[in-house]
Amino acid sequence: MEKLTGKSILKGIAIGKILFYQKDEQAVKRVKTEDTKAEIERYVNARKEAVLQLNELYKKAVKEVGEMNAAVFEVHAMMVEDGDYVDSIVNIIETQQVNAEYAVAVTGDNFSKMFAEMDDDYFKARAADVKDISERIINILSGNKNSGNNLKEPVIIVADDLAPSETVQMDKEKLLAFVTEHGSSNSHTAILARTMNIPALTGISISKEWDGKIAVLDGYTGTLYIDAGKDTIDKFKKRQDEDIKSRELLQNLKGKEDITLDGRKIKLYANIGSVKDVANVLANDAAGIGLFRSEFLYLETNDYPDEESQFTAYKTVAENMAGKKVIVRTLDIGADKQADYFNLDHEDNPAMGYRAIRICLERTDIFKTQLRALLRASAFGNISIMFPMIISVNEVKRIKEIVKSVKAELSQEGIPYGDTELGIMIETPAAVMISDLLAQEVDFFSIGTNDLTQYTLAIDRQNMKLDNIYDSHHPAVLRMIQMTVENGHKHGCWVGICGELGADTELTEDFVRMGIDELSVSPSFVLPIRKIIRNIKME
Amino acid sequence: MQKFTFKVKDELGLHARPAGELVKEAVKCSSKVTIRKGDKTGDAKRIFNVMGLSVKSGEEVEITVEGENEEAEAAELKKFTENI
Repeated sequence: MEKLTGKSILKGIAIGKILFYQKDEQAVKRVKTEDTKAEIERYVNARKEAVLQLNELYKKAVKEVGEMNAAVFEVHAMMVEDGDYVDSIVNIIETQQVNAEYAVAVTGDNFSKMFAEMDDDYFKARAADVKDISERIINILSGNKNSGNNLKEPVIIVADDLAPSETVQMDKEKLLAFVTEHGSSNSHTAILARTMNIPALTGISISKEWDGKIAVLDGYTGTLYIDAGKDTIDKFKKRQDEDIKSRELLQNLKGKEDITLDGRKIKLYANIGSVKDVANVLANDAAGIGLFRSEFLYLETNDYPDEESQFTAYKTVAENMAGKKVIVRTLDIGADKQADYFNLDHEDNPAMGYRAIRICLERTDIFKTQLRALLRASAFGNISIMFPMIISVNEVKRIKEIVKSVKAELSQEGIPYGDTELGIMIETPAAVMISDLLAQEVDFFSIGTNDLTQYTLAIDRQNMKLDNIYDSHHPAVLRMIQMTVENGHKHGCWVGICGELGADTELTEDFVRMGIDELSVSPSFVLPIRKIIRNIKME
Repeated sequence: MQKFTFKVKDELGLHARPAGELVKEAVKCSSKVTIRKGDKTGDAKRIFNVMGLSVKSGEEVEITVEGENEEAEAAELKKFTENI
């Protein structure tokens, strides 16, 4: 068995026979001709045919990969008809008195060179698109039919490089995966592979010898096993089955509402820890972001992040979520999350120490910077702000004063901000016990079950010795949740859960019965929880 | 002659799809439409001209519209470019 690693384009497993794919690249010959008029006519006809073919491909791609990804073929058609490209071909035929194939090949080379010499990776990769359209015209001119695309059995395609048109033309049912030596993860082919959900690797030194051999492709690690043994195959078959199951779930549940059989709607949101997690939120079809932990902004830097960098991060997330709710939790540093430049003293009991809102209310400069960034970003989407580690009404009142003063500042400077809901984390027993009073101050509660459990049961989460008595389903915790929901609702507050318990599928039904309005979970839990919600019958 | 500038917001810059859309819009105009980035200019009705400018995210480009209908056409194009 041979083991190789490359760059993975799509996470997934493929097991099957390798087909070594070779383009029938014919060398284009330069042939002198007297009748340039006839040659130009031949070219014009081929060009028309190329556009027709690309329009067909476009239609096929729209069906398979959606309009957005299919647009590449529309652009290819434009390239075929581009004035400069056409002029160059006609000019070469006329002045050099040569055949159309040669004129197209030379022009294609020149135009792809233009892209290859650019300093940006994306535009560099476009050289492949120019080659692709030029080859298409040449194939039409020389009467070549692209025969290599008819796959007879399910295969893993191994090729030097693949053009987008080649990828789409292949029978999707029989295309298990592809492996290329060249082609960047920016290439259109890579983008198409992602959309068609086909595992793919690039950057692997391929060998013609592999043709017909059984291979396993592990898109999670970017590994390719050639001549895979039975153990390897069995191991990956299992992984593949799990993948298929979760993908089916995804297919069936994407776009569906989070609603019980008797019509109660639950807001099913996702938790994220950085800007790049948004892609995962969208891929798993969450209805919003219920917990955006803002700590990463502070932990990834060597100094306090300025307003501008925070604003950009919040704005990016809000814009990408396109009007869906984004709940940002303000700085929750201290305890197990430390940043050197805060110069926090060592504490014997940091979980109960100087952390989160306790820091923010004392060092209001840090707090105000974050609030300014958040409020400014709220003009670009649906942002809500949530405050951690609350134990008293007084804290909430002070927070609201500060928010008010920051808003006044912004108004004075003529800087726009949107409507933002304000909410608090319920993660201390104190907050639960006074939740009726707190509910009168804010728009929503989000229950942080991890801390709430550790404070309620007096069990240190970091102490492994106590794992056996750490009961996350402890009735005390569940009653706390119930109490929070009731008190919240009494005073017009909606109530959610953003801790780990929210993703506990054994409790989903109980939470819904308690009257929970929102569950915020890791992106990968969104669809499994959606499945449960859609099967709940309250009566 | 009508002129306006816009900043490309798309993460990949003025890549194939938005470039193609821009060309499609420009072709609808009866006016001459020119696109400029820095000291490089191109015919906005030609895809290779537009992509050849290699406009990256955050970069500013200028569109010039010249013709009988320039005012209305520039306004249409401006509206379109706001979403790129």
